[in-house]
Amino acid sequence: MGTELENQIADLKKQVNQLKEGTKDQLSMVVFSGDMDKILAAMIIATGAAAFDMKVKLFFTFWAISALRDPAKTGKGKNFIEKMFGMMLPKGSPKLKLSNMNMGGMGTAMIKGIMKKHKVASIEEMLKTAGELGIEINICEMSMNLMGFKKEEMIDYPNMTICGVATFLTDAAESKIQLFI
Amino acid sequence: MSTEELKKIKSNTIVDARGTACPGPLLAAKKAIGEIESGEIMEIYSSDEGTKNDIPKWCNKMTHEFLGIVEEDSYTRLFLKKA
Repeated sequence: MGTELENQIADLKKQVNQLKEGTKDQLSMVVFSGDMDKILAAMIIATGAAAFDMKVKLFFTFWAISALRDPAKTGKGKNFIEKMFGMMLPKGSPKLKLSNMNMGGMGTAMIKGIMKKHKVASIEEMLKTAGELGIEINICEMSMNLMGFKKEEMIDYPNMTICGVATFLTDAAESKIQLFI
Repeated sequence: MSTEELKKIKSNTIVDARGTACPGPLLAAKKAIGEIESGEIMEIYSSDEGTKNDIPKWCNKMTHEFLGIVEEDSYTRLFLKKA
């Protein structure tokens, strides 16, 4: 009887420890969209979470990677299709478009004007702040290869690594909050 | 704390985040809180309406003591004591 109770207690202790280790005060976010407004939302949530002392890990994939391109840099050794992709996709965050009401760029220009008036930080400023706050940016290697993007054409960012889905899953599994934008 | 009591407080540091929009005041507060000692008082100036709801929630999470607000003509003064 005694040992049965002891076993139950040991089992419970194990479960409590698993719960404790299970989730950290951490935010994991998939940033998929390359729309200016959605990236802005992602960056506001990310920097806000960092202000709450949460560890923040952003997983940039597909269209969102365009936001991390440095307009002043070029990738070397690209084939024809990769060069075409490079030309057609926005070269850096200042070139991103709104998901709605873009109106051939007019809407995006207008919203940027309004953002300035309301002193809302631009994506470039948000990325700089994110770097200062220690927010990690992980870029999906597979998407980079598909679009022909090279690491050397990405912006200078203190915490940037190229990785795969396993990194996101590991991070997300131990995060209190997971988002997909 | 009452408005009268808050007005008499001499803050250890003042963060002027007037004119910035969300999450500007929050980020400014986060930056400045690292520069004061535990038990010291920080004051935040904000003209962003949402800050009045956000800073108390932030204080609660970070275990700082939110003391209250004083409304001025075009902005709000928010007081907190560092944990």
